[in-house]
Amino acid sequence: MNRFALLLDRLGYEPSRLNKLRLLVDYFRTVPDPERGLALAAMTDALVFTHAKPNVVRALAATRVDPHLFDLSYDYVGDLSECVALLWPAPPREPGIGHNRPPLTLSEVVMTLATAGKLELPRLIAEWLDLLDETGRWALLKLITGSLRIGVSARLAKTAVGELGGRTANEIEEVWHGLRPPYVELFAWVEGRGERPDAVDPAPFSPPMLAHPIEERDFAALDPAAFRAEWKWDGIRVQASRGLEADGSTVVRLFSRTGEDVSDSFPDLGEMLATLPAPRFSLDGELLIVREGLVQPFGVLQQRLNRRTVTLKLLADFPAHIRAYDLLRLGDKDLRALPYTERRERLAAFIDEAGNPALDLSPLVAFTNWDDLAAARRDPASAGGGPDAEAIEGLMLKRADSPYLPGRPKGPWWKWKREPFIVDAVMMYAQRGSGKRSSFYSDYTFGVWRSDAEGEGLVPVGKAYSGFTDAELVKLDRYVRNNTVNRFGPVREVVHGQDEGLVLEIAFEGLNPSTRHKSGVAMRFPRVARIRWDKPAREADRIETLEALLRVPA
Amino acid sequence: MIVLAPEGLYCPSGDFFVDPVRPVARALITHGHGDHARSGHGAVLATPETIGIMKVRYGADRIGTTQAVKPGETLRLGDVAVSFHPAGHVYGSAQVRMAFPPRAPGRAPVTVVVSGDYKREEDPTCRPFEVVPCDVFVTEATFGLPVFRHSRTEDEIAKLLASQRLFPERAHLVGAYVLGKAQRVMALLRRAGYDRPIYVHGAVVKLTNFYENEGIRLGDVRRVDPKERPKLGGEIVICPPSALQDLWARKFPDPVVGFASGWMRVRNRARQKGVELPLVISDHADWEALCTTVAETGCSKLLVTHGEADALVYWARSQGIEAEPLHILGYGDEDAEPEIAEDAA
Repeated sequence: MNRFALLLDRLGYEPSRLNKLRLLVDYFRTVPDPERGLALAAMTDALVFTHAKPNVVRALAATRVDPHLFDLSYDYVGDLSECVALLWPAPPREPGIGHNRPPLTLSEVVMTLATAGKLELPRLIAEWLDLLDETGRWALLKLITGSLRIGVSARLAKTAVGELGGRTANEIEEVWHGLRPPYVELFAWVEGRGERPDAVDPAPFSPPMLAHPIEERDFAALDPAAFRAEWKWDGIRVQASRGLEADGSTVVRLFSRTGEDVSDSFPDLGEMLATLPAPRFSLDGELLIVREGLVQPFGVLQQRLNRRTVTLKLLADFPAHIRAYDLLRLGDKDLRALPYTERRERLAAFIDEAGNPALDLSPLVAFTNWDDLAAARRDPASAGGGPDAEAIEGLMLKRADSPYLPGRPKGPWWKWKREPFIVDAVMMYAQRGSGKRSSFYSDYTFGVWRSDAEGEGLVPVGKAYSGFTDAELVKLDRYVRNNTVNRFGPVREVVHGQDEGLVLEIAFEGLNPSTRHKSGVAMRFPRVARIRWDKPAREADRIETLEALLRVPA
Repeated sequence: MIVLAPEGLYCPSGDFFVDPVRPVARALITHGHGDHARSGHGAVLATPETIGIMKVRYGADRIGTTQAVKPGETLRLGDVAVSFHPAGHVYGSAQVRMAFPPRAPGRAPVTVVVSGDYKREEDPTCRPFEVVPCDVFVTEATFGLPVFRHSRTEDEIAKLLASQRLFPERAHLVGAYVLGKAQRVMALLRRAGYDRPIYVHGAVVKLTNFYENEGIRLGDVRRVDPKERPKLGGEIVICPPSALQDLWARKFPDPVVGFASGWMRVRNRARQKGVELPLVISDHADWEALCTTVAETGCSKLLVTHGEADALVYWARSQGIEAEPLHILGYGDEDAEPEIAEDAA
């Protein structure tokens, strides 16, 4: 546990990817099985402790620390594991206590938790916390609550394992599916002591290809004839994968962009994919809600995503649909090395053959030069987007000859989002952020002017916590501290009125009607576009400006 | 007895301010940090050491008329008996004790102590904190949350020296506030047996010389010659925290960025500053020390000037002590605030 805690601690402070890799390789090289394999599992999210939820840790802390002091501390630290690790009363240091106990290992923690019942958990965790120092407590809590957040991706961890024996992360990923912690056979193979683990996933996830945002200056260097354009749909990116198990049974999986298996939330799509004529394939596309042939705005999809249980009524009210834009695998062929245009031809044929109303092809947007495309971006409805234009959030540009490459290679694919909406609003409340920005007032609730029965006043319309630089954050934080008029627990009310207050220019992606918000609207992805230190609060926008943007979904 | 005015804490019957944040006619100054000791007052009363520091920082002509008060010496201002007592924060730092005459015949006199900033940990560069019993205790709360539990400074210095052994080719930069923290780190290094030259940023030189002249031995301390920076691999270099992110810091060989501050206890704080080697060395009381001190003064009323006041106020009330936060604007912790430009060349 000690080595693991030190590794996590150092990784957390290490800014450079290369040095992180060095630390990881050094760890995997010097720590024996099964300890290192469990560490690998922790970093690839392969360990799940069903009972060790954050609320168990919180409840445990409450047995040792005054709840109010705990809340204040948690608000300041912004991270539950670290807060408890810091607050936990230091164990007594008399010699003899725990003297003969072997040091706590990762294996002991993992094995014990695998078999421990829910009721035993608090006692076990408390015992371990008493054994460990501050760093050890922090690492233990991070581990069991499943949120390491040390800036190490699963991919980086696999890269480090590969480096033990000159293998690439892709080679590791190919055999990954069939392996389980503590990955003894994987290490044996990489270190040249064993056979390559034999595991073929019948319905694998392939890391998706992502696009870079395009900037005005990029266009000059790009040839329009070398590119194809598609609409960028405002849904969620999914990968649908189907194959056959060794016994001949069909496996269908639906993955999110990050490889999370979301099949359970979309049984309707699972059924649809299982009935297609092709028995083995992987396709890449957008998950949308389509009602009577019309793509619904993201807000409608979100309503389905928000439900925990999938009922028949939900399936009927929010019919899911896949709008496909790439075909990665068909039969036993990996198509990813083929050029985009060829993959697309095969995809079109595949969808044609499927003939299923819940699966269609994302159309191309015709253009001959960048001006055509700029016009389509400004007005998708008259450039072929038609009635679905409201679910379009911009354009995708893909090189006709581009192979499908995992990750975000620069050059072959670009995204060109539509211009955000802009509104001038007044800062009303501020709260401390979490993570990197904890202890800074970095979350701002802002409002616009509205007249109602109570007269003219500001009504909150959203909350923004990004869009500013670190230097601007320091200024905003100081502004909040110096202009606080009220405190409600962690929330500070900031001075706001006709003659005083800070105007924030807010950019956002769209607006949905909301019954939960007093203003009746909910913004999508609001962020601070500019800080208007110069603008008087009374000149901020009015609610009517927003209401004009509001589109009522069908 | 004392009230909060826009300029800071004011004592009407003695007609003086303690650590005012704006220029006033008569100021009692607890210690030399810029947020407590400002320039431009009419008259300044402080310990001889603090007056010395103010002269170094502002020049003798910008701090008004001065009167040095030795620790323990009592002075009458109006009907208030004023005395200074060591606070253990930095060289010369003091608490201000004010004894007011009884309000009515037969009643006891009332004592108020304004602590300024303080710590309870031992510090080779200043006198240790003295508990001064009082009725009203005015405290800071920079680290007023139970998550702040400062490490033993020896362990932190050992961490720095271990990193230096591990990376003998890399320069070790340690961000430390130019008054107090920088010299304390030097003294702690010397105590740990470190006898190589300690290199310092130009902004640290003047006050370090002042410490030396006052008889605090810090060994071989050398100002960094900008041209020599690429040759300082393996050396320990002390600089103001603000210099860590400067171009100045990049010219050293593959620098390890360290920072000596109580804030380093919280990971995100360290990360926000891009620190790789956090050293939890603080000149302020941690949570335990704050609570202990409040209890030891025996006060019946607690006023919290600045910092994380809410938790300390809550705790004090739970102990039956009347407590109020003052939320004084203008006091910061010296590590988090931009520093006064001090001969930064």
